[in-house]
Amino acid sequence: MHADNDGAPLMLSPDVLSETLTTATGTGAEFAEVFVEDRRSISALFDDGRVEELTSGRDRGAGLRVVVGDTTGFAHTADLSPSGLTAAAEAAAAAARGGGGGICRVVLDQHTGPTPGPVEIMPGDVSKARKVALLERADSAARASDGAVTQVAVRYADSHRRIQVANSDGLLTGDRQVRTLFSVSCVASGDMGMQTGRESIGHTLGFEVFDEVDVEDLARRAAGRALLKLEAVPAPSGEMPVVIGPGGGGVLFHEACGHGLEADLVAKSASVFAGRRGEVVAAPIVTLVDDGTMPGEWGRYAIDDEGRPAQRNVLIDEGVLTDYMWDHLRARREGRASSGNGRRQGYRHLPMVRMTNTYLGVGDSDPDEIIADTTHGVYVAQLGGGQVNTATGDFVFGMTEAYMIEDGRLTNPIRDGNLIGNGPQTLLDIDAIAGDFAMGSPGTCGKDGQGVPVGDGTPTLRVTRLTVGGTAA
Amino acid sequence: MERRPEVGELLDLAESVVGLAVAGEQLEVVVVHERETEARAYGGEVESLTVAESRGVGVRVVSGNQQGFAYTGTLDRDAVEEALAEARDNMSFATPDEYCGVAEPDGVAPADLDLYSLALPGHPTDDKVAMALELERLTLSADERIIGIESAEYSDSVSEAAVATTTGIRSTSRETGCFLSVYALAGQHGETQTGFGFSLGREPGDLDIEIASREAAERATRMLGAVKPPSGRLTVVLDPWVSAQFLGIVGGTLSGEMVQKGRSLFAERLGDNVAAPGVTLIDDPTDMCAFTASATDGEGLATRRNVLIDGGRLDRFVHNSQTARRAGTVSTGSAVRGYSSTPGAGVRAVSVVPGTLSQADLVAGIDDGILIQGVSGLHSGVNPVSGDFSTGAEGIRIRGGQLAEPVREFTIASTIQRMLLDIEAIGCDLQWLPMKAAGVTLVIGELTISGT
Repeated sequence: MHADNDGAPLMLSPDVLSETLTTATGTGAEFAEVFVEDRRSISALFDDGRVEELTSGRDRGAGLRVVVGDTTGFAHTADLSPSGLTAAAEAAAAAARGGGGGICRVVLDQHTGPTPGPVEIMPGDVSKARKVALLERADSAARASDGAVTQVAVRYADSHRRIQVANSDGLLTGDRQVRTLFSVSCVASGDMGMQTGRESIGHTLGFEVFDEVDVEDLARRAAGRALLKLEAVPAPSGEMPVVIGPGGGGVLFHEACGHGLEADLVAKSASVFAGRRGEVVAAPIVTLVDDGTMPGEWGRYAIDDEGRPAQRNVLIDEGVLTDYMWDHLRARREGRASSGNGRRQGYRHLPMVRMTNTYLGVGDSDPDEIIADTTHGVYVAQLGGGQVNTATGDFVFGMTEAYMIEDGRLTNPIRDGNLIGNGPQTLLDIDAIAGDFAMGSPGTCGKDGQGVPVGDGTPTLRVTRLTVGGTAA
Repeated sequence: MERRPEVGELLDLAESVVGLAVAGEQLEVVVVHERETEARAYGGEVESLTVAESRGVGVRVVSGNQQGFAYTGTLDRDAVEEALAEARDNMSFATPDEYCGVAEPDGVAPADLDLYSLALPGHPTDDKVAMALELERLTLSADERIIGIESAEYSDSVSEAAVATTTGIRSTSRETGCFLSVYALAGQHGETQTGFGFSLGREPGDLDIEIASREAAERATRMLGAVKPPSGRLTVVLDPWVSAQFLGIVGGTLSGEMVQKGRSLFAERLGDNVAAPGVTLIDDPTDMCAFTASATDGEGLATRRNVLIDGGRLDRFVHNSQTARRAGTVSTGSAVRGYSSTPGAGVRAVSVVPGTLSQADLVAGIDDGILIQGVSGLHSGVNPVSGDFSTGAEGIRIRGGQLAEPVREFTIASTIQRMLLDIEAIGCDLQWLPMKAAGVTLVIGELTISGT
């Protein structure tokens, strides 16, 4: 094992990797890849008024991928010894079933590649006591904000993930990815039952995050959200204009079109956006970007899990669909370059096309005027998760802080619920975008059972028509 | 690729680590090993074949009423000892809690369940791949309106686990499972709809490719021509696939841990009538029909049949050993966990006692309603603390007791509390699904439909 360093961290020696790839391609494969991962994590939970637990974890292993024709064989191992890697390479090759070609020695060419994101204070260098102290401060602040706050859960988590990618094209590269997450979840109780409020921050940075983020303020905002909803009225039911606040709308784009622009789904015609490159798919004020290079953001990395540098990819440019997102395999079949969107949850998983940080570019409307200009509708300040059927384009997303808009003013807060729309229609129905851009909360995007960290952001925007799924007439 | 450890070896490893406990220290060691195979077909070819082997050890230490935990994704002795050292270090930061502690043997014998099929581990990979290819082929040919397959796959797992503690728990378990699933795309007049089908079992011989492919094709084609329904209040029939998801959420609110932490909407309601009188909800991991059946829980205690709601009356919450101590009761054998986490308390195999009528009979009795065959956004639109329930939905309109036009892009909404009380009828079609609850057709008196 080589020591971690500031450049691309090398975990296994080029000789061992080259030998493994030679084994993997030995039966005539056209592509083989070794993905090595070593991930350490700490999670601390303060719940029910006490430090409930600290959990430390370590996962280390390698995933071997071998491609023959249209077939991918995959195997993984937690045994990083040369014999463990050879066994996994043979298993992957057998799965892909090569047609008995000759031995082709793989020569690796180490890439200097983009440097890992800068981290000032490595989480591993910070004492557990300091991490726990943050939890206690947040808990106290949330409870002190009002007597109706009846429960608080605060979580601190960090991870240090080193990866190394080598493939039969001769690529050898690596990255070091540090993530820090802090979340506060509150329950408030009133005459009409209990309500919840949540706030979270997450960055691809180290402990220096807390120089900027005031955890007490975060806790008060989470508590405030739960308290506010104690007075909330049932959400309305039916189609109406929906205004989404700054930072809130990213989930909408993630679901309304993000997944539908992933090349693997497009290739199977399982996306309503298949075959529509170059066409107008959104209102002309819509420019949508997926950008894996945004410094410090939750979905940021230097290289993806196939060793390709992260990129800024414009998906929709002033309403026109410019390109899909690509991983190595899909791009290879199309004779083009990957867009740096090949990601996997860990070494036990195959990579596939995934988003990074997806955001909507700013417009020139005034956020207050957008609300003032809405007679009857809903204002969503914070969105929950969402889900999409890419083949039909129907998508939902949840609202966890929202208000009625009546005669151009925000009035009653409303209870939690889902909104439903159809992606292609919703993109065309966006009629106002403001200049008050903000990134949203850190998210985990699930696809085919794999979760990866993603970010998103939007300015204030309005959709002229979405269906709000409440119970009030 | 690697020699597969016997379950006895997992227990030996767990016991040997438990042997490292110092005076006054409780240790619990969980060791898990799992081998999975997944074959995906696309376009008549094998798209991917994955052979995956996962293993891991979780170590929980309790001393002086404090608890610490660490895990490692390998069975290597050095890594496990590093995890033990980390767990001890983590323990020192936890707030003392008098109810902390690993489980104590309670004398309840684990049910004798046959969850491990010898036929699966040795089953040829070629045959598994062939099943995925056949699943794709049959689904494509099931109906001329099926224009594509988003995914067709065969997957299986063989897993073994062992738990050992300083309090004398020695538990082992092993199980096999296999699963076929297919997502079909149906097309007509430029419109696309989707439908899925599946089949599950303990060994490949249990799987029915025919049924999985036919269901996927039927579900996709019957959505063709779907329209957005008008908003309003209607009687709703939940298909088993949907009711299982709803009942799983209800089961989650009955966790002793959620109750004690003030996060359950049923916290103060033991003994109250929380559901319609015909509703009896049971969590029974010893039911071999359940895909999630297990004879032991995450702490190594025997699982058991727990009646949660009896004739509409809330009867019981489920507990692990720690939440039981806090509640002044005994564990219900409901510790749930993987090797990478400490045990929570939760249901594992929930079902309602079925009624006597088929779905068709129930639909025949409804003048104006909707049969819901799919929901989306359960994680974003259902709040299990407040009880607010709102999900995206698709299904078939019911008019005059007959299934009528397909409908999509609408939501159904109510509250969990209201929906349980509004259950008007329960079908006879109980079906175990690949989730922690069984489905059965449920008729809910009134839900709000949000459409046009």
